[in-house]
Amino acid sequence: MKKNWPLWEVFVRSKNGLEHRHFGSLHAPDAEIALNNARDVYTRRKEGVSIWVVESKYIKASNPDDNSELFDPADDKAYRHPTFYDLPDDVEHM
Amino acid sequence: MSAKEIKNLEDIFEAKIARDEKIEPKDWMPEKYRKTHIRQISQHAHSEIVGMLPEGNWITRAPSLRRKVALLAKVQDEAGHGLYLYSACETLGISREELYEQLHSGKAKYSSIFNYPTLTWADIGAIGWLVDGAAIINQVPLCNTSFGPYARAMVRVCKEESFHQRQGYEIMMTLCNGTQEQKDMAQDALNRWWWPSLMMFGPTDDESTHTEQSMKWKLKRKTNDELRQQFIDQTVPQADILGLKVPDEDLKYNNETGHYDFGEIDWSEFWQVVKGHGKCNKERIKARKEAWHNGEWVREAAMAYADKQDKRTTKQTG
Repeated sequence: MKKNWPLWEVFVRSKNGLEHRHFGSLHAPDAEIALNNARDVYTRRKEGVSIWVVESKYIKASNPDDNSELFDPADDKAYRHPTFYDLPDDVEHM
Repeated sequence: MSAKEIKNLEDIFEAKIARDEKIEPKDWMPEKYRKTHIRQISQHAHSEIVGMLPEGNWITRAPSLRRKVALLAKVQDEAGHGLYLYSACETLGISREELYEQLHSGKAKYSSIFNYPTLTWADIGAIGWLVDGAAIINQVPLCNTSFGPYARAMVRVCKEESFHQRQGYEIMMTLCNGTQEQKDMAQDALNRWWWPSLMMFGPTDDESTHTEQSMKWKLKRKTNDELRQQFIDQTVPQADILGLKVPDEDLKYNNETGHYDFGEIDWSEFWQVVKGHGKCNKERIKARKEAWHNGEWVREAAMAYADKQDKRTTKQTG
């Protein structure tokens, strides 16, 4: 029975101190080979010091159709930002 | 959805692109946008993959170790570029297998330039200098194209491409500073690759059917003719430095326009190659299909091994 190699998402940490960032995806039969392939495909010029791979099917993504419901409520919550609060000009270090 | 609702969504979509906002894979998009992008990104990916073949031809015969490691790295980059682009294309809902199938069956096209043979070592120099040079001009504007995954892949591709062109030019430079025979070889390569390189920018503007739509979607920022002119303007002085003659009797700098005037391109040759009658069309697809079929048992074995490991872990932990 023919079975195609599944898709993996690749995350690379460019240097210590930075987070892993999504770099792209690739196909591989298992995690070990996905990691090796990610090294060849995405870090040929020292682009990273650490790689994560995760099979794409395990990522649950939000749906852009729900964006207004998910993200718009933040629009009227200006009180979550420091500039919402009025302070006299001569108050320093705040 | 009613036609009116779709029209409304399309208007919102076009406005988004006009504001320079990116389109991401899960966003709503018109079917035509999806199809056009699948076609263009996959053609681009196929070109990278088939593009390895004419150069791969010379890896074992590179004249020095320095040249060999550089060529190997370049060909490896092209494999990488193909892979970035295939995965960008897959986000539009087409599988890798379907994409390969389209390449192997001839349904999908790739850049015609790769259907020309690489006869001498100088061709490797000419390809890097001219073909990669033309590719860079075509590709740089795509770093700002509207479809997010394509734009991100192109940023990576463009970063890597400039070494390709420089290594090609250095090969030409070395040959031009060598014996008369070597210089002749460089001239011969330029003679054969010049016109096909100009054709890489596609048909003239009045013949090009997709330009307007592609401009709107930022798949194109400049027209074919503008890009071709840019290529000629920057490449001719480079040929002068090499001491080579561009094979065009009508080529002349125009003081008024500030551009080079150039001769008529043989478009019948272009369409012949596009339609599959170039020197190497059959050979390229044959090599590609063989590589894919010969690798099948490896892919299957790796998958079977992965499944077995999977079952073993499940048994132990379950």
